Parts: sequence; structure tokens; C-alpha cells
Amino acid sequence: MRKTVFNGTALPLLLLTPQLVITAIFFLWPAGAAIWQSLLQEDPWGMSSQFVGLRNFTEVLAEPEWRGAAWNTLIFSSSVAVLAMGTALFLAVQADKSIRGANIYRTLLVWPYAVAPAIAAVLWLFLFHPSIGLVGRALNEAGVAWDYKLNGNQAMLLVIVAAAWKQVSYNFIFFLAGLQSIPRSVLEAAAIDGAKPVRRFWTIILPLLSPTAFFLLVVNLVYAFFDTFGVIHALTGGGPGKATETLIYKVYVEGVQNVNLGSSSAQSVILMILVIALTAVQFRFIERKVHY
Amino acid sequence: MRRRFLAQASLAAAAIAAARTRPAAAQAPVEIQFWHGLPQPLGGQLEGIVAAFNATQQGVKVMPSFRGSYPETMVAAIAAFRANAAPHVVQMFEVGTGTMMSAGRAVKPVHELLAESGVSIDFNDYLPAVRGYYQASDGRQMSMPFNSSTATMFYNKDHLRRAGLDPDVAPKTWEELAEALKKLKAAGIASPMTTSWPAWVQVEQVSAIHNLPLASLGNGFDGLGATMQVNNPVMVRHMDNLIAWQKDGLFKYGGRDNAADALFPAGEVSITMASSSLRARLLRESRFAWGTAMLPYYSDVAGAPRNSIIGGASFWALNRGPAGGRSAAEWKGVAEFYRYLSQPEIDAKWHMDTGYVPVRRASYQVAKSQGFYEKNPGTEVAIEQLLRGGETTPNTRGIRLGGYVEIRNIIQEEMEKSFQGQQNGQQALEAVMQRANTVLRNFERQNRG
Repeated sequence: MRKTVFNGTALPLLLLTPQLVITAIFFLWPAGAAIWQSLLQEDPWGMSSQFVGLRNFTEVLAEPEWRGAAWNTLIFSSSVAVLAMGTALFLAVQADKSIRGANIYRTLLVWPYAVAPAIAAVLWLFLFHPSIGLVGRALNEAGVAWDYKLNGNQAMLLVIVAAAWKQVSYNFIFFLAGLQSIPRSVLEAAAIDGAKPVRRFWTIILPLLSPTAFFLLVVNLVYAFFDTFGVIHALTGGGPGKATETLIYKVYVEGVQNVNLGSSSAQSVILMILVIALTAVQFRFIERKVHY
Repeated sequence: MRRRFLAQASLAAAAIAAARTRPAAAQAPVEIQFWHGLPQPLGGQLEGIVAAFNATQQGVKVMPSFRGSYPETMVAAIAAFRANAAPHVVQMFEVGTGTMMSAGRAVKPVHELLAESGVSIDFNDYLPAVRGYYQASDGRQMSMPFNSSTATMFYNKDHLRRAGLDPDVAPKTWEELAEALKKLKAAGIASPMTTSWPAWVQVEQVSAIHNLPLASLGNGFDGLGATMQVNNPVMVRHMDNLIAWQKDGLFKYGGRDNAADALFPAGEVSITMASSSLRARLLRESRFAWGTAMLPYYSDVAGAPRNSIIGGASFWALNRGPAGGRSAAEWKGVAEFYRYLSQPEIDAKWHMDTGYVPVRRASYQVAKSQGFYEKNPGTEVAIEQLLRGGETTPNTRGIRLGGYVEIRNIIQEEMEKSFQGQQNGQQALEAVMQRANTVLRNFERQNRG
């Protein structure tokens, strides 16, 4: 590829301006405000504010509720990522086969991605609500004590499944594209050498899919960390007790419901650091094992 | 700086837009921004009252605007205040009262507003349980009471009959109620009882009815240093009862806030405790005979039963932003609006249309003289319960705790943990005390300066 070299700095800067402005307004400014706010103690009305250094951070980290939310986030995010990617990979492998009407299946499988998180949550609510949900009622009639409004484990299971369901479509598209870019000749050669489908999958398809899988792992974890607010809010509101309160949900509860801005900002700064660290670790260590 | 500029720019833009649509009158009326948190149909009825007020006025116009649920309205008003664009009047639910009381110069207290505008409202005629909730500890009126409700018990007469109980006599005490629940269960009702608003009904109301403190310093009326006092023997007993009943299938936890409202009209439970304003929904949805009764009490507690406490909301006048900035004409307009709302005819109509309680004795009389209670049996239960036991005591005036939105959630969370079998009543209430006191101390620290 030929490199374009600009004369002077004015034009390149001008061309970069839109991106820089967007980054500044939508990332640097709010992130900076959050960091500043996390060092203050303020009344809800913003009439008195006092610099308290890192006190908000030490208080947050000492809270048993925060540690509970961190643990929930760990369980929730890893489960969502594993479930969403596993299901998507399975479906993609099936849809990649030459079957009748493959295009229809593919289209149908992509649909849930277009559903907004809150709507998705309401769909699941109508299925699994213990007294108005179709499946929920059936479970209770079949003798299973299903009540996610009171049983923390059932609530966690439900938000995991609902959040993963929404992400399956996205993963499916990428896995399917990844599968289709694997050269047929390699697979045919393996088949001629006597490798059965399962063996072909583990020794050829999976290694060749690893860049896609790695990319999806990062995307899914970020999704589970940040974008699942709507699902949790509409399904369980973090309850029962605090059984489904994740870190991002706790930031909302603290900042928006309780108008406790110092603590909420400190929590979002911690979250920001965690996600930066997580992504750095993924690129540093896991990426090495990926074949491009 | 930049935020203020943006807010001013948007205000200026709004002013220009408003000026354009207005006919070229000699003097434009003063506009009063009014944010409320009532969804339909109640919101429409409230806006009807506002329109009627506007029709009586020349120089002032109230502009109502729906801002989402109560908590959302509260947060929106706070954010607007920080951006120097607060509404003149905001409807704030009773749980936010403690936060508003400590808002200092963000708020224009009603007594100050009326004195400056030369408008008078006879607050002595207001029900003590209503007026007291929104007064400073020295008795000065801080916010304008409007839509108030209280919790009552609703029971399914058909279910009672099926269980061999007298359908016209509701259980009065928790002891009688427990017996009735067992009979209902034996008669084949899967879960005889539930409750809406678990924290409000099963903790706050139970404390008030037995004249027990929820928190020290008169439930927080006398200062920000209050601490929770819910671990008293009656509350522990009540919590243990609920846990045991839940385990035995006599009581069904229906979720936080008003999530359990749906169970009673659907005929799933025989008895529920909910806001008196649930009546409208029962009229619309229930396909069975039902009755209204007062909340039960423990018969062996001396001094019980007292009045219950209110729920609902009141109106708060706000400054535009941290720098103040309202004209005398604007405050005068707000005062006129309040005077209009305080008229017994307006209040009585609101009460009869919606199922909220009348906030004045005079309005109660208006409704009575129109024969409303004979035609609608059960509607007087809420008012009688609010007036029960004479004057309010420091334990039955209401609750004045900062950060109470959060504390209510803490109570609900700890109740949920108990119903999951993770802890007994004593442990639940200890956990509530410990977590809620942290909230109270944080609030005290934030509002000291």
C-alpha cells in the first residue's frame, strides 16, 4: 500500500478534527468530569462541595455491597460471554451446512439483535414472570418453585439468559462470516485424509476461527459490563436483595436514584480502570495464542 | 461555566419560541413551570385542575409538564436546579421530603412564600397527619400538601365466605388476621395474603400504628442526627410473623413498591394491603365483591392503634438555581396557584375523582354533604384511619429522613433476603439499621455545610 504524505500539518489536523471533537465531547469531557466529581463530596443540589481526596474510593472499596456487586459482575459477565458465544458458535456451524432454507434460518437468527434491551427484558418477563408469565406459570404448575422475584439464583439465571439471548445474534453473524472465509480446500483435504467432522472442527475450524472468537470475547465482555443495564433494570431492578446488582447497575442506583454523586463517580472511575485493565490483559496475553 | 451558558442559551431559545407563539398582548402573563409525576389518568385530572386555575387568572399561567415517575421527577428537578433551569413548582413524593427539607435555599418554603405574597391559607384546617408530614419541626409549613393517600386493607368477600368467615367483618388485629389466613388456606386459597409497598406498609405504617419510633429524634423531624430504631420487639415479632407466613404459604411476597397491586384484582390473593388509591383499579378490574378495612394492629401493644401515616406527594417551590433568581411576580403566581388548590371544593373533587384522601377537614365535609360516602362505601376508611387516635405523636407525624429513597430500598432488600430464608426478623432489622444509618450519616455529612 502506498502511504500518502501531507505537506504541513494544517490539512491532516483538519481531517482529524471531527473524530477528535467527538472523542473529546463524548469521552474525555465526561470521563474528566467523573474523575473530578469522584474527589468531591457534594449535597444533591450542588450548593456545597468539598474536596475529600480519595475518601469516596476508600469508602466504596470497603463496602460489602460493592464487593457483592463486583462478584455478581464476574459471574454475570463470564456466564453471558460463554453462553452467548457457545450458542452462537453452535448455531453458526449448523447454519453453515448446506441445508434447505439456510438463508431463512440465518435471517431469523439475526433478528434478536434489533430488539432494544428493555424490550427484550419485557419479552422474557412475559415468559418467565411467576404469575403472569407463560413459562413461569407452567413451571409452577409442574411443581417447580419458580419465583425469580424472590429467588436470587433464579433471578441471576434469568438475566444471564436474557442478556445472552440478545448477544447471540451478533456473535452468530461474526462466526458465520468467519466460517465462510475458511478455505473449502483445507477442509476437503482433511476429509480426504480421513478426519471426521468433530476432528475437523477441533483441529481446523476452531484455530482458524480464533481471531473472530477473540474479537467477540472482548466485545461480549464489554457488552456484559456496560450494555446490560436495560435488561437488568426491566427484569429484576437489581433484586431480589442485591442478587442481580452488577457494578454498572450500582453506579446508576447510587448516582441517579440516590443522588450520591461522589460515590457514584468513584464507582464509575473504578469501573473504567477495571475495563481498561481487562482489555489490556486480553490483548497482551490472549492475543498471542490467536492465529491471524 | 459552560453548562451555565448552555442552560442560558436553551432558556433564551425557549423564551424566544414562547414569545413568538404568544399573541401581542399588552402584558404577557408570568409563566409558572410546574413539573409533576402522575401518569394517566391521574396526570390528566391534575392538568385539568391547572387549566381551570389558568382560566381564572389574567397575569399568571401555570405550565404543567409530566416528568416520569416520582423518583424520576425528583432527579430531573435536582439536575435542572444544578443547571440553573429548575421549575417553579415540582411535585415531590413523600419519601423525598427529608431531602427537600435539607435543600436549604434551593427551596422556597410555603410559609415564606405566602407571607411575602400576602396570600393566606388556613393550614390549621388540614388533617394533622397530612400537614405535619410537610412541616418543619417548629410547625412552619414547608411544602404544599396535595395528593395524599394512606395504606388500607382490601379483602375479597367471596373468599372469606368460602372459608366460612363473615364477609362483612374484616379482621381487626394481626391475631385475627392470622387465624383468617389459616382458614383461607384450608379453604383452598393458595396464597391468602400479600402486600404492596413492603417498606411503607409493613414497616413504616406498623411503626406508626403502634406508636413506635422508626428513627430517633422524632423520626428525624428534629435533626439530621437521627438513627434508625426499627429493631424493637414489635417490629421483630411482625417481621418474624411475615417470614413464617411466607414459609407456610399464608403470605406471598409480591415484589417491591406496588408490584403486588396486580395480585388482588386478579383474585389470586384474598387480602392485600396497599395504597388507598388502589380503589380505582379495583373498581375497574375486580370481578368479585370486595371490602375496605383499616390496617390491623397487635392487640397487646399498649396505645395501639394510632393514626397511619400518609403517602403521596406535595408541591415544592424551587429557586431557579444555586444563585436564586425568581421575581416577586413569579412567587406571587405560585402563591395564587397554591391558594386555588387549597379550596375545599377543589380538594373534595380531587378526592372523589381519584381516591386520594381529602387533605382538609372542610373538604371531607364537602364530600360528606354530597353523600359521597353513602354512595361509595369504604371510601371513608382511609380518612378515619388517618384521624384515628386524635392528635399525631412524634412517632405518627411521618418520616423526615434524608436519603429515604435509598433507605426504603434497603428495607425491601433485607425483607427479600429474609423471605428467601437467609435471615430471621431480628437479623433483617439489624441489617436495615446498620445500612440505613450509613446512609443517614452520609446525608448528614453532605448537608452540614
